[in-house]
Amino acid sequence: MTTRIVELRKGVLKKNDDLAHDLRARFEDAGILALNLVSSPGTGKTAFLERTLRELRQAGEHPAALVGDLETDNDACRLAASGAPVRQINTHGRCHLEAEMVGDHLNGWLLNDFDYLFIENVGNLVCPSSYDLGETIRVVLLSVTEGEDKPLKYPTIFNSADLAIITKTDLAVACEFNAELAHRNLNEVHPGIPILELSSKTGAGFPEWLEFLAKRRAEHIQEGSAYS
Amino acid sequence: MHELLIVQSVVTTVTEAIHDQFSEGIRSVRIRSVRLKVGALSGVVEGALQFGYEIAIEGTMLAGSQLVVVNLPVVIFCKQCSELRQLEDVQSFRCPICNTPSGDIRQGRELEIESVEVEEAA
Repeated sequence: MTTRIVELRKGVLKKNDDLAHDLRARFEDAGILALNLVSSPGTGKTAFLERTLRELRQAGEHPAALVGDLETDNDACRLAASGAPVRQINTHGRCHLEAEMVGDHLNGWLLNDFDYLFIENVGNLVCPSSYDLGETIRVVLLSVTEGEDKPLKYPTIFNSADLAIITKTDLAVACEFNAELAHRNLNEVHPGIPILELSSKTGAGFPEWLEFLAKRRAEHIQEGSAYS
Repeated sequence: MHELLIVQSVVTTVTEAIHDQFSEGIRSVRIRSVRLKVGALSGVVEGALQFGYEIAIEGTMLAGSQLVVVNLPVVIFCKQCSELRQLEDVQSFRCPICNTPSGDIRQGRELEIESVEVEEAA
């Protein structure tokens, strides 16, 4: 009987990472800015996306969205009212989206027709952090009703995000939300993370959000053409 | 709780790699342990991995093997000190010496199968 060590050095999520890498290349070729939206359940991702899709379309842009939930197509129906192409991904119990699910749900869409692709992840601040979906920007949302210390409780996902958005600011006073403390906590787990504050109900903060999107898309296209 | 999916992926990856390495001699091979590097920012928890591993290896060539988790702390680069610094936890991304914030992460996102300990019948 002999024992030996076989070196593997293989990423556990290599299959997902390879698929995400391919998706990223497809999005880049099509000039799409892809965003992965993560948050707890009830932070207001769908309301945020409803308004974002509507305002982008009014501005003459061409957004599309994939929306992940364990069950039902309720969110896709809500978002489709904006007129933007929307597809529902039902994970049937899985707590996060994976690159393969995103790829499968793009079938039949001409990516060149879109400027932005929003991928609304399953409401969960733990599991989605491990899965790359090929996005350019990971957006983590935090509502004023959840408390300022959410970033300290779930540091992994806040650390992995490229942008933090504080939602439901119209309720900030009623919740005695301390914005300064929330910003400080976000910076503690992710120094320098860009932060936006907005209300999907009143539209406050949306001009800055749309400006952020336009700027990042322009940079993304420029970077893409620099590589090709 | 995506750890079960993670360990299922470990089982698949190890099974394929061992089949590739030993091909014909595969019947005389027994897997004793699997070493997994888990970064503090990988989003998985050791307890849940160990729990899931027991379920995932049943009826596979990994049955009876042990999962050895190598926990890797976060390491940041501190510009102020020009040094790599290890963090005690993931609540605060600051240099433990000079307290300067740093988002320059050099270790902590790993989720990698490092090696497999294999026993071969002579």
